[in-house]
Amino acid sequence: MDMSTPMGHGPKMKLVMVGNGMAGVRTLEELLKLAPDLYDITVFGAEPHPNYNRILLSPVLAGEQTVDDIVLNPLDWYSDNHITLHLGKTVVKIDRSARAVEAADGTRAEYDRLLLATGSNPFILPVPGADLDGVISFRDIADVDAMVRASSQYRHAVVIGGGLLGLEAANGLMKRGMDVTVVHIAPWLMERQLDEPAARLLQKSLEEKGMKFLLQKQTAELVKGESGRVCAIQFKDGDSAPADLVVMAVGIRPNTELAEASGLHCNRGIVVNDTMQTFDPRIYSIGECAAHRGIAYGLVAPLFEQAKVCANHLAHYGIGRYQGSITSTKLKVTGIDLFSAGDFIGGEGTEAILYSDPIGGVYKKLVIKDNKLVGGVMYGDTVDGAWYFSLLRDGKNIDELRDHLMFGQDHCGNLGHQGINKAASMTDDMEVCGCNGVCKGDIVKAIRDKGLFTLEDVRKHTKASSSCGSCTGLVEQILAVTAGGDYSATPKTKSVCGCTDHTHEEVRAAIKQNKLLTIPQVMNFMEWRTPNGCASCRPALNYYLIATWPGEAEDDPQSRFINERAHANIQRDGTYSVIPRMWGGNTTPSELRRIADVVDKYSIPAVHVTGGQRIDLLGIKKEDLPKVWADLDMPSGHAYGKALRTVKTCVGSEWCRFGTQNSTQMGIDLEKTFFKMWAPHKVKLAVSGCPRNCAEVAIKDVGIIGVDSGWEIYVAGNGGIKTEVAQFLVKVKTPDEVIEFSGAFLQLYREEARYLDRTVHYVARVGLDYVKKKILDDADNRRALYERLLFALSVERDPWLERAREGKLKHEFETVAA
Amino acid sequence: MKPTDMNPWVAILEVGDIPKLGARVVRHGSLDIAVFRTADDEIFALEDRCPHKGGPLSQGIVHGKKVACPMHNWNIELDSGCAVAPDQGCAREFPVKVEDGRVWLDFAAVERVAVEPAAA
Repeated sequence: MDMSTPMGHGPKMKLVMVGNGMAGVRTLEELLKLAPDLYDITVFGAEPHPNYNRILLSPVLAGEQTVDDIVLNPLDWYSDNHITLHLGKTVVKIDRSARAVEAADGTRAEYDRLLLATGSNPFILPVPGADLDGVISFRDIADVDAMVRASSQYRHAVVIGGGLLGLEAANGLMKRGMDVTVVHIAPWLMERQLDEPAARLLQKSLEEKGMKFLLQKQTAELVKGESGRVCAIQFKDGDSAPADLVVMAVGIRPNTELAEASGLHCNRGIVVNDTMQTFDPRIYSIGECAAHRGIAYGLVAPLFEQAKVCANHLAHYGIGRYQGSITSTKLKVTGIDLFSAGDFIGGEGTEAILYSDPIGGVYKKLVIKDNKLVGGVMYGDTVDGAWYFSLLRDGKNIDELRDHLMFGQDHCGNLGHQGINKAASMTDDMEVCGCNGVCKGDIVKAIRDKGLFTLEDVRKHTKASSSCGSCTGLVEQILAVTAGGDYSATPKTKSVCGCTDHTHEEVRAAIKQNKLLTIPQVMNFMEWRTPNGCASCRPALNYYLIATWPGEAEDDPQSRFINERAHANIQRDGTYSVIPRMWGGNTTPSELRRIADVVDKYSIPAVHVTGGQRIDLLGIKKEDLPKVWADLDMPSGHAYGKALRTVKTCVGSEWCRFGTQNSTQMGIDLEKTFFKMWAPHKVKLAVSGCPRNCAEVAIKDVGIIGVDSGWEIYVAGNGGIKTEVAQFLVKVKTPDEVIEFSGAFLQLYREEARYLDRTVHYVARVGLDYVKKKILDDADNRRALYERLLFALSVERDPWLERAREGKLKHEFETVAA
Repeated sequence: MKPTDMNPWVAILEVGDIPKLGARVVRHGSLDIAVFRTADDEIFALEDRCPHKGGPLSQGIVHGKKVACPMHNWNIELDSGCAVAPDQGCAREFPVKVEDGRVWLDFAAVERVAVEPAAA
């Protein structure tokens, strides 16, 4: 087949899209961003409306929003982008040999590429009376109009199907004043998303709102009334119920009729590969009609990921594969909080943690298998849904979290948003993201105005949740309420960044196995998509290289963040701060005099004592840095680096009447041993001389507590965004052992953690047992780790000394006068 | 070398003075101009102020034809000075050219900015 494509000259290629729904139009939007002039685009839509947000039909039915509110792409959008739009025209034929499609009214369009985004059809029960007047489904604006009309004329509504869609329809009809009965074949509601206890709570609260339920009922017939309209529903067990309106919400089927008729391979959907192509490579398919690896998705986030991949290939970029998604569910019924994901029923080989408070209306169940969260269901309190979902998706080892897993992420000490965890109770002017100062109103506005659907979109546009991430749960709740977005996401094996699909682990392995020594070598070997990476991957690669090949791989200053390039911390006004090293927090009169003299000489505007027992000089001009360092004549404090920061100590047995060990000297020895150590992220140590723990070792990457009989070593604590208490690793007898065990732990972290993971993240991922196996159970391995760390440190030099005394990289600190 | 009305171009530094994938700051009065060098030795000049919160772009990581601001990681296109969507705003750009390995800056454009009260 001729697949050649005219580019840049000659007539444009022709792209025809069948279907005018959310997934299809999103593909066009992505395509127009990448290649605005590549195609003449024609769109066929069976409905008479432009693209609208189908997820929000429930609030429209409930009278909480209007049809205009949910239009995503008004007609102007199509004309502005020169898209030929055929509304109300159903395509009935694809002529693949002539490469043309034909609508029922005879409208014909030729294509070079065809995109099938035909969505899905509601499943209609094959019972007598299913075609009566007054029997409808819940799929599009026409259905909503029919329901709204019926609600003003009739009284009794029956919804067949107690799933997500059925309950949302029932809720809407009830709000419109109808008397609503939900008929469901299973023993409890939403059996595909909920277990029985959660479903009972849901049923109870819906009953309190006035909804009625008939469970385990099978429909035999819809009975015709005198007017010709449906008047009742008859069940197989002989019961019946009055019904002036029947809404069938028993499921959807991918709409594959057109594809099948044209000979495309279908199997519960139009079968597509990872680039969203059907068996005819000119024809793509995405959305609810497409079956990818056997799954036809019905939630927006996976469909938008498909759209991105499809657009990329249509634009001839040829990058990206869609690899499937894990999905979760949230019910959009105002006032009801419900969340479920994964395998929430459990069974052989799984364990469950349960929380049940029937009076308070809260139920939670977490299903665990092999120390990993594999599913969960929550009713009444879903604030931690996003957190659980991310644990599930990332396959995190939850062994260490198990004890407080049920109590949620807040239990781990989240700071920064006034302890509020329910987005619905927030007013528009309340701050959601404390890092970037983003209020709820800003987020809602951006979601509405810019048509955002995913967490990533919101992060890009508003910056909310893009820094420390602790407000992610709140942002996702706001998203779910405002746009109907969901928590679905592609399973993360976490690629390094958008420049590559490779994971951190794959990159590290390649660097080691193939002895790659420079960033261009890595990018070339691993087929980076960008010529020289980005601000995310270059610092990571630079670290991986120098950590893997110390003394051989050369440090690349241009791939370091400014702080590590300038060896000082950039401040908001563009000046820098300097924190000289004070071993173990000890200082001397002559150091203090030099510091005071430097402050005077360079008119340094602020001096601050830090939490790590150091002195911070703030507001220094960049060109003064080398002179300041020279005059201070103290070692670099590395307060600017992903490196060993400080070892905080107490005064210990030398002075303190409670002290049992010389913690100050221990701290000094540790700091001198690990000085100049680069790491995946900053590393903080502390040593306390007794269990009163004045040096606060429980929130350090490595914390040492002196006790009468020796030293206890704790690892992976963190005092930042989320307070994490360090875990006990081992108790040792001598200071030499403290240094060797600590060094081995730090080297393990340096060799295996992903760049920008703190020790707490690394240990959470691999589990403390793994760390113990490597360091405690295997003495040879421990010594080898420690030796490798010492070797890496032996090739590092004090960066301040090099720059202050030897003029290294002088240009970094000089401006050019003109 | 002084700029004249006839010839506004002034040689400010050698290409080799700027690290590859890096920048140098050229100071003219109170105006800081960041002069960038890409991996392919293309040279660009922007006012050293991120359109977001005024961060010094010269201190960012240069990648492709973009620089990531060191303050909040906005990506700025070197050829236009404008932020990559969805961020919005532009840093002022100045005409530069490379001849004989030297970087020439259009001082007529620089002077126009330098005399304006407080940069936008």
